[in-house]
Amino acid sequence: MDHSADEIMTVSAARMLRNGAVCFVGIGLPSKAANLARLTHAPDLVLIYESGPIGAKPSVLPLSIGDGELCTTADTTVSTAEIFTFWLQGGKIDVGFLGAAQIDRFANINTTVIGDYDRPTVRLPGAGGAPEIAGSAGEVFIVLRQTQKTFVDRLDFVTSVGHGEGGDYRKRIGLLGGGPAAVITDLGILRPHPTSKELTLTNIHPGVAIDQVRAMTGWSLSFSSNLEITPAPTSEELAVLRDLEQRTATAHGVTAV
Amino acid sequence: MARILPLADAVTELVHDGDQVACEGFTHLIPFAAGHEIIRQEKKNLTLVRMTPDLIYDQMIGMGVASKIVFSWGGNPGVGSLHRLRDAIERQWPSSLAVEELSHAGMVQAYMAGAAGLPFGILRGFTGTDLPKVNARIKSITCPFTGESLAAIPAIRPDVAVIHAQKADRLGNVLIWGIIGVQKEAVLASKRALVTVEEIVDRLEPPPNACVLPSWVVSAVCLAPGGAYPSYAQGYYDRDNRFYQLWDKVSRSREEFLHWMKINVLAPSGPVNFREKFSNLERVA
Repeated sequence: MDHSADEIMTVSAARMLRNGAVCFVGIGLPSKAANLARLTHAPDLVLIYESGPIGAKPSVLPLSIGDGELCTTADTTVSTAEIFTFWLQGGKIDVGFLGAAQIDRFANINTTVIGDYDRPTVRLPGAGGAPEIAGSAGEVFIVLRQTQKTFVDRLDFVTSVGHGEGGDYRKRIGLLGGGPAAVITDLGILRPHPTSKELTLTNIHPGVAIDQVRAMTGWSLSFSSNLEITPAPTSEELAVLRDLEQRTATAHGVTAV
Repeated sequence: MARILPLADAVTELVHDGDQVACEGFTHLIPFAAGHEIIRQEKKNLTLVRMTPDLIYDQMIGMGVASKIVFSWGGNPGVGSLHRLRDAIERQWPSSLAVEELSHAGMVQAYMAGAAGLPFGILRGFTGTDLPKVNARIKSITCPFTGESLAAIPAIRPDVAVIHAQKADRLGNVLIWGIIGVQKEAVLASKRALVTVEEIVDRLEPPPNACVLPSWVVSAVCLAPGGAYPSYAQGYYDRDNRFYQLWDKVSRSREEFLHWMKINVLAPSGPVNFREKFSNLERVA
């Protein structure tokens, strides 16, 4: 079955989540991938949304982070204060799953401003739950489309920390979580180098040229010496994903991102 | 004891120019009817506090009631930008807007500290981010037991909290369920609290451990059926995701925004069901 660039991104991101993991999910692409994982290989994946639902099992993708179905399908719903204080800061989260507006070579994230903070060219939505998810989750996966605008040499603002300046930066500044373990894009998968922590292309999606990935990266990108081609989405993965998207479109009258 | 008041009277009495106002409700139960009444009464120089400004603060900022915003995520959920918020920050329209920005985890700690009567909230947060560089009120404190450096945020103590809930009884006790966000914290942190509700009933009959705000921590309860629309009230109506999409179009230009607000918000509202009124208008749009 043919697949789109967005579909292999979502499928590759979903495959990262092991069955039974406790996953703190951002809205949009992370939520789509996490629900795909739950509906395919990881039925016991525990989805936690920052609005309070724990163990949400929505039948359609939420448009907002606090859609009613997240609450009605959850094992329990707690206050927003409790979610951040006990469940995230308390160390109960295996995987933080985030999107980003911009990312740099150490997987630091900007979702705050483009340009100067006080006189921004573009005011982005801001931090939300991401800084503390990036800090405290056991490990972090980031999913976003790879373009020259999103993969930049220098961030105008560090909203959420990945591997900071690289190396043992996280440990030095006292972050308890492991930080970004993979960045999944529509072109491939990048993972931090074991020691330098600089993002390295470890997987390239089928049909994507290396020069294309290079052209869509704002820094001189390193490639793994044993670069692998991502296995194409299976017909089952695609069928479940398309079904989910169709149900969502019908429910919301729009295509959720 | 809370008094049962018409919404317009409660806003006149409880919300004053220059106040710090927290209209809370995390995606669910956003107090739109009350926000619109604040706009109609042309309140000025408000400091608007809210984790997720959402469409309600986009509307209030665009109509010029605010001089400052305290927030942690300012987008149109699932859609994109809040264009009126962006216009205020990027181009100072309709006037300049001071910004105090936190993360969600920071804001919930600040609300909890306010509710707990403590001077500041504490969290393991902001480490390595640029947020403390642009918000001088994010400071650090050393744990006296372990030596760990932790973030400290001053308590949020609004002059008035404004929330929407499912129901109240005739004494003004308020029951709220579903995604309850930080409404309880915001009410307990505030000097005054205005609560709009879907219905007022003879007997509340809450299950034990339900989230109930006793009448004596609430200043006024106002009947406003549909008052959370286009957000939602669990058990009453769903979130109108199409309206959130529509707002992206309406709010892009200043002229279209002002026209929409004039027709739909500034015009005398009368005792209508807020949700029905807007649902009808949306079909025309």
